[in-house]
Amino acid sequence: MHDVKKVNVMEGILDENDHIAAHVNEKLSKNGILCVNVMGAPGAGKTTTLKNLIRRLDGLVAYVIEGDIESDIDTQELLGLGIQAYQINTFGACHLDAPMVESMVDSIDLGRNSILFIENIGNLVCPAEFSIGEHVKMLVASVTEGSDKPYKYPLAFEKADMIVLNKVDLRPYVDFDEEFFMKGVRALNKDAMVFKTSGKSGEGFKEAAAWLSWKAGQACNGNQHHGR
Amino acid sequence: MHEYPITQQIIKIAEKHCLLAQSGSVKKISLVVGDCSGLVGDSIDMYFRAISEGSLCEGAMLEIERIEPKLRCPSCGALFKRKPMSFACPECEADGQPTEIGKEFYIKEIEVE
Ligand SMILES: Nc1nc2c(ncn2[C@@H]2O[C@H](COP(=O)(O)OP(=O)(O)O)[C@@H](O)[C@H]2O)c(=O)[nH]1
Ligand SMILES: [Mg+2]
Ligand SMILES: [Zn+2]
Repeated sequence: MHDVKKVNVMEGILDENDHIAAHVNEKLSKNGILCVNVMGAPGAGKTTTLKNLIRRLDGLVAYVIEGDIESDIDTQELLGLGIQAYQINTFGACHLDAPMVESMVDSIDLGRNSILFIENIGNLVCPAEFSIGEHVKMLVASVTEGSDKPYKYPLAFEKADMIVLNKVDLRPYVDFDEEFFMKGVRALNKDAMVFKTSGKSGEGFKEAAAWLSWKAGQACNGNQHHGR
Repeated sequence: MHEYPITQQIIKIAEKHCLLAQSGSVKKISLVVGDCSGLVGDSIDMYFRAISEGSLCEGAMLEIERIEPKLRCPSCGALFKRKPMSFACPECEADGQPTEIGKEFYIKEIEVE
């Protein structure tokens, strides 16, 4: 009979994912490509935000990788607008992970000095836990989701570098307590940029696009950092 | 929500360390899981039974140590567990800030034979 022995492991379950994410990040950085991980609940306005931002990026080439459980509706819509878009289907998985993104990034031709948006699966919980190689985590929240979301889904707000508060045109119709929302956001995250936007009127996207262009400029100069 | 791939990863890591220890099977896996991770213990257990079949981890016991998230008060320094819909410090009412406590997600040790 063999003896039972204890083996000290101390290995993170996501270490392998994070390692691959760091590789993707390094590769994109080397090519001056700013990678933005776009997260948010289903219907918050992730795709709408991308369409509005890309239009205002002034000369920067944008690429989009669309993560979806099984459809490619968003990709078709973006392609129809002349945006270079690629589809990843997760077939059930509730988030994109770094290996999925790595194989997509390896299979497409991305020009230098550009910006790569990756629309994650619509879900406020799981995507926040998985790095996929991004430099910027962008969280799209909307006034119709209610002002309590930072309190209910703190991790997503804590990790965001940029928060887009979308659908502000609908504020007259919904009870959205912006003070309560921002109090929660700032308790969790002192630094994230917050942009108030409307896909209906287009307001707020100019500022958000300008900030991203500035981040992309930093990327080209090679002095950027990993997303948190 | 994503217990299936996570459980696969747990088995992969445990098998690797079992082989490194030149042992033939894993008897027990001790996990440390912060409650922020949103991972549900019971469903990991269920997936584990199914996925570990035929692996070095078949029949192993899964022990999960859960860790409650704690916030730190920037004003008085207290470490505290938040109440729903609030981040306020119970001592001084200032909003606490997130810490790494509650985000743990690792295999602490395994027992092999
Ligand atoms: N009124 C209003 N509707 C919006 C806004 N942004 C998005 N929508 C609508 O909300 C729905 C979901 O938007 P979409 O961008 O597909 O969300 P996604 O699932 O997060 O990608 C669509 O019907 C959009 O037209 C907005 O700012 N105002
Ligand atoms: Mg979409
Ligand atoms: Zn305090």
